[in-house]
Amino acid sequence: MLKQVEGSAAVAEAIALCRPQVICAYPISPQTHIVEALGRRVDAGELAPCEFVNVESEFAAMSVAIGASATGARAYTATASQGLLFMAEAVYNAAGLGLPIVMTVANRAIGAPINIWNDHTDALSQRDCGWLQLFAEDNQEALDLHIQAFRLAEELSLPVMVCMDGFILTHAYERVDMPTQAQVDSYLPPYQPRQVLDPADPVSIGAMVGPEAFMEVRYLAHAKQQQALELIPAWADEFRRVFGRPSGGLVHEYRSSDADVIVVALGSVLGTIKDTVDTMRDEGLRIGVLGITCFRPWPSVAVRNALQKAQCVVVLEKSLAVGMGGIVGNNVSASFSGSPDRVRTVIAGLGGRSITRGSLRRVFEQALTDTLEPLTFLDLDRTLVDRVLERERVQRRSGPIAEGILKDLGVVAAKSG
Amino acid sequence: MSYQPIRFYQTGTFTVGNRLLPAAQRSVQSGRERTNSLNSGHRACQGCGEALGARYAIDAAMAATNRQLVAANATGCLEVFSTPYPETSWQIPWIHSLFGNAAAVGTGIAAALRVQGKRDVRVVAQGGDGGTTDIGFGCLSGMFERNDDVLYICYDNEAYMNTGVQRSSATPPAARTNTTMPVGKSTGARFGQGKNLPLIAMAHEIPYVATATVAELRDLEAKVRRSMEFRGARYIHVLVPCPLGWGHGSAETIKMARLAMETALFPVFEAEHGEVKNVSKIRRQLPVEDYLRPQTRFAHLFKPPGHAELVAQIQALADRNVRRFGLLHDLEDAP
Repeated sequence: MLKQVEGSAAVAEAIALCRPQVICAYPISPQTHIVEALGRRVDAGELAPCEFVNVESEFAAMSVAIGASATGARAYTATASQGLLFMAEAVYNAAGLGLPIVMTVANRAIGAPINIWNDHTDALSQRDCGWLQLFAEDNQEALDLHIQAFRLAEELSLPVMVCMDGFILTHAYERVDMPTQAQVDSYLPPYQPRQVLDPADPVSIGAMVGPEAFMEVRYLAHAKQQQALELIPAWADEFRRVFGRPSGGLVHEYRSSDADVIVVALGSVLGTIKDTVDTMRDEGLRIGVLGITCFRPWPSVAVRNALQKAQCVVVLEKSLAVGMGGIVGNNVSASFSGSPDRVRTVIAGLGGRSITRGSLRRVFEQALTDTLEPLTFLDLDRTLVDRVLERERVQRRSGPIAEGILKDLGVVAAKSG
Repeated sequence: MSYQPIRFYQTGTFTVGNRLLPAAQRSVQSGRERTNSLNSGHRACQGCGEALGARYAIDAAMAATNRQLVAANATGCLEVFSTPYPETSWQIPWIHSLFGNAAAVGTGIAAALRVQGKRDVRVVAQGGDGGTTDIGFGCLSGMFERNDDVLYICYDNEAYMNTGVQRSSATPPAARTNTTMPVGKSTGARFGQGKNLPLIAMAHEIPYVATATVAELRDLEAKVRRSMEFRGARYIHVLVPCPLGWGHGSAETIKMARLAMETALFPVFEAEHGEVKNVSKIRRQLPVEDYLRPQTRFAHLFKPPGHAELVAQIQALADRNVRRFGLLHDLEDAP
């Protein structure tokens, strides 16, 4: 059924259709609308039998999910940003224990300086934690990926993180096609755990493992992620069969088959990129797009195949490996069969900085004319940065950095855009 | 079964047998039906108070729940010595997740069981003092505040023993640990720090809070059984001496626990919904020196010239417990 709803409401309804049994959450912007909606449904008895636990921290949220999942319940939580970092120890633990928890990450920047707006630093900081990481391009895909996430998680007995851009998707009203309960039920059977805490058949879970077997346990985690590379397209096909629309999978190619320059990105910015590319295509410029839906496991073969004819690859990412450059860029370089120096990284949109078509067009044209630097910070105000560096050069007690920049900048609201 | 205290008549011994009690009053451990939940063959040190306490507590919980029990365990000695896989001493469904989240994992288990309609299956979460009073405190307080249906048992040996004896917020003043060494002008752990977790638990007004020691194992069993008569968050704090960390003989674990109680340094009581309901009275309060001297963690207090003033301060803490909890028998109570 077509609905005009907020992204968070769409995701909450999708989660509800997945018949979750234990939902736990600690509020953090921009995740709040999702868990508020779910809390209301649980309190109204619409999801019975389902427990909603208002926990005291994100660390507890993931820990409650761990206990619930290990007891055979379908468990869900959602977080963002600082919350994801605060639960990091338990995030790794859930993956290590092989518990099929599904979590939404409403992507948001990491402080300091504190910032509530969107980028991908939070999710990408957890890229090696052992969870599957899926990135939604729009609200329809966010909704769809959650349904697929439970199927994948429970099939593999691995946790799945569905990443959707904070505010840009979570708070945006878009038209979505909401599936029926019957469709979801036919796609997602009841949870059959591989391991369960049951007095009738007692097991110990979470024992210490020494050097004699730790490598093998870790290897198995890797091997399972490789299995996921097979399962994700298969379950996306099955999704298309049941729900009648394509969604999910490893990567999305767009006008890239004959492109000289291919732009790689994750999440909602793909929309703006495609619009920009459409305009440039109309002008006869050979540029295309590769959207990464599945970031972990990294779809190396799919990326390599998609990029094999490109003269130049522009990775546009909302994250920064400080002291190194791009995180996604580094992953793409490892899978690009051409020369690694043909991969350009553009860091964009950190902390919610707008990514405009004008700015995108500028870097894409540079890529087409081979004048794009290996590492570019889109719309970086170099003057502001230079002022801080100069202040630090002349003055020992130069003061707090972020506050100094804001002071130099003056009234921000008038200039943001 | 109501718990009937046994008068302690024997002198020169610190144990009390079962032989004078009717069968129904005997300890779970003395029965053939005991479940050996924490089975023999684990790797705890000789004289480990925690292994003893956990065995009695969990077997009592098994007896109280008709063997319908699931346990969550914090990282620590109990977790490490019980599960060097492929060996596990646990005969019950048991999960170890992290150091600081046993209470929250317990909450998750309880939530799942409720959804599944398994009202008869009960949940225990357990950890040492570090996993309870320090790193696990947030999750524990959250579990209390929500009144989740979990019994949390803290086995308190008053320091981080698993990592090699470092101070925790349950370490008593003047104790030597590897992070509170009496060197230079330092006299061990500082006074005025630390948390009294049973009182903090009571401040959450949860249905049931109790303290116990491994010197009174039937009392511990009775409290575990009593706790299972309640629904909601329950907390039992068990003093479990550690021969390694306290520096006493491995045959003196129970003696140390009894001395902690009889000096009034460790008050033993029960509370319901935030109010003390029951106190284990002391027949004759012993001077704290009797408790401190046999332990090398307090040896610096007695090495010449000694620290009589610190011993007096510790005595004052014990005397305050006597007043606060009414630990001494009134004349009319005397046997």
